[in-house]
Amino acid sequence: MSTVAKPPMAAGTKPSAKVVVTDRARAENRLGLRLVLPAVVVMLVVTAWPMLRALYLSMYRYRLTTPDDREFVGFSNYATVLTDSLFWRDTWNTLLIMVVTVAVELVIGFAFAMVMHRIVFARGAMRTSILIPYGIITVVSAFAWQFAFSLNNGFVNAWFAWLPWISSDTNWFGSHWPAMFAIMVSEIWKTTPFMALLLLAGLSQVSEDMIEAAKVDGATWWQRLRKVILPNMRAAIMVAVLFRALDAFRIFDNIFVMTRGAQDTESSSFLTYRQVIEQMQLGLGSALSVLLFLTVLLLAWLIVRLFRVDLAQARGEG
Amino acid sequence: MQHPPIEGRRPARERRRRTSRGLAAAAAVTMLSGVLAACSASADSGKPTLIWYINPDAGGQDKVAENCSTDDYTISTQVLPQDANQQRIQLARRLAAEDPEIDIMSIDPPFTAEFANAGYLAELPQELQNKLKEQSFEGATTAATWDDQLVVAPFWSNTQVLWYRKSFVEKAGIDMSKPVTWDQIIDAAADNGGKVAVQANKYEGYVVWINSLIAGAGGEIATDTDKGVDLTLELDSEAGTKAAGVIAKLAGSAAAPADLSVAQEGQAGGTFGSAQGAFLANWTYIWTNYDESQPEVKKDIGYARYPQTVEGEESHPPYGGIGVGVSAYSDHVDEAMKAIECITSPENQGVNAELTGNMPASAEGYDYQPLAKIYPADLLQLFQDSLDAAAPRTVTPYWSDISGGIQSTWHPPSAVNSKTPQESQDFIEDVLKGGRLL
Repeated sequence: MSTVAKPPMAAGTKPSAKVVVTDRARAENRLGLRLVLPAVVVMLVVTAWPMLRALYLSMYRYRLTTPDDREFVGFSNYATVLTDSLFWRDTWNTLLIMVVTVAVELVIGFAFAMVMHRIVFARGAMRTSILIPYGIITVVSAFAWQFAFSLNNGFVNAWFAWLPWISSDTNWFGSHWPAMFAIMVSEIWKTTPFMALLLLAGLSQVSEDMIEAAKVDGATWWQRLRKVILPNMRAAIMVAVLFRALDAFRIFDNIFVMTRGAQDTESSSFLTYRQVIEQMQLGLGSALSVLLFLTVLLLAWLIVRLFRVDLAQARGEG
Repeated sequence: MQHPPIEGRRPARERRRRTSRGLAAAAAVTMLSGVLAACSASADSGKPTLIWYINPDAGGQDKVAENCSTDDYTISTQVLPQDANQQRIQLARRLAAEDPEIDIMSIDPPFTAEFANAGYLAELPQELQNKLKEQSFEGATTAATWDDQLVVAPFWSNTQVLWYRKSFVEKAGIDMSKPVTWDQIIDAAADNGGKVAVQANKYEGYVVWINSLIAGAGGEIATDTDKGVDLTLELDSEAGTKAAGVIAKLAGSAAAPADLSVAQEGQAGGTFGSAQGAFLANWTYIWTNYDESQPEVKKDIGYARYPQTVEGEESHPPYGGIGVGVSAYSDHVDEAMKAIECITSPENQGVNAELTGNMPASAEGYDYQPLAKIYPADLLQLFQDSLDAAAPRTVTPYWSDISGGIQSTWHPPSAVNSKTPQESQDFIEDVLKGGRLL
């Protein structure tokens, strides 16, 4: 392989001028390549192949139950999708859910992280209890929240009946905004601990000395938070926001369990699922999958640009 | 930091590790050979096991599978998901992959044509088709027929009747011995503080209601189904407008349950069992639904023919049920054909009805004696009359598109108005031609 081959002349003549590549290093390099090769092959088979296959299928009008009517249609599936109001409505829903849930989670998650970081008393118990929701399977938590908001046997109506807009027969899943609210609440409840965990990791990296120094200089609590703690946590915040935003953009389980997309609460993933799995429209569905993938890629790029942090640094390699 | 192990202990630990590794390997080999042995044993005995994928029920199909197992084959059951649409998805995906592990399937009427058209169903022998046509109700035969062939064997047939609370009807002073219309029961319920419970969640059950309303006004959702995607939609018609009128009236009236837009059969049954319960359009199982949980409600249940959409015009109640089909990819098609003949025999239809409340697909099945102990004679007669007049959903391979399109445009019920039928027709036409996302 080209990476391990060395010009035969250079080997003996000027070893000190370049980085010395010993035989041992070369052998290790070769061994390393051989060791990762199976993993790379598996990755290609399970990741790259389905992706290419989806790209190929998206060029066809193809329904699983009428395989004989399969027809090459070029990019017309993409045109159908991109000119359809349903696609844009679902994309808007998904973006809305992503922005609202990530923003709320960031605030609550940070508060939780502070609590977990500073608490002296019952530290283990507190940290564990904050993390419990994250340990619960999303489908289970979605069912729990569906029951909570249910008109027939939920507690939300009973507990909050003193609010002017909630009564004992408020049907949360009967119209768009209440249903979206219920979905977002379940998403926030479920994933805030994850956010808190990532932020806690960032928080513990902030040097106590700096905070101490700021204190000595007379900085208030608010100033210490804004000028010392947050800037030093930027990498951790970026990772947390990136992970959660991409996760939230792919929201599916809560909607599937709570509304099945009724009341216009469908997300992009749910739309894709319905086309591929329910309608068995492999062509249209694949086009949607490709678009979903590109959107996620774009989002990741935007977030990385926005926070101006390189991932290698976030991983502690920089 | 890890301390270096004390020299003297190392061999012992190594030994232990080796022993446990050896034990694990031995266990794995034993288990694997056990599994393989089990596989080959069942293959060697020569008696095939027919796998029957059933919709969840209260044990009726298990009992029938036991009754129909013979010296030549054993029938074992596998349960499909509760939701009819999920049943369709699971079966279709496995059949598309030509899975030989499915021999017999319980298939819901709306996707029978889709499966048959895709070539997933083995052809029923002509003799069996004739026998089944002769014994089954007409609605059951219609729902099981695609391209002039009976493609599944009608097993049980279900229909809806109008259930009412006797105490409420008495209070409201309505004569239930004559046919009633939707308008009448909605007004009566609204005026007397009762609720009319129906299925109006965004799901297939809502389309069942819409289909019956349209049929009751003399219409049909689609015709010319042999033309595939070029079929003729009939939603934008007088019948469609009448149906939309009933839904809009209920949704806007005090008789609408608070959970109307999310109500499936269970929620509707719950409303009917509550203090506000007045009328309920629901399947036959309601008669035994409150036996255990609310015996006081059971005593108060009355029943009548499904309400009319248009006064004076005969109502066409919903048709539901299960047909039993044989997979085209089964390794035991001949045995499976014998098995479904047994499964759908009138006696086994009766056995299933007794255990599940899912009524037989044949008049002869109704003669099964134990049924008379559970159901009053006039109720059994009402079920059969309703089945005779029942309106199956349009039999077409594209039903899931049509149904999905109706669900998208007619839900929530409170948004239905006189323009809905036309909007839904335009939308579904676009969807069928591949120009719109559903």
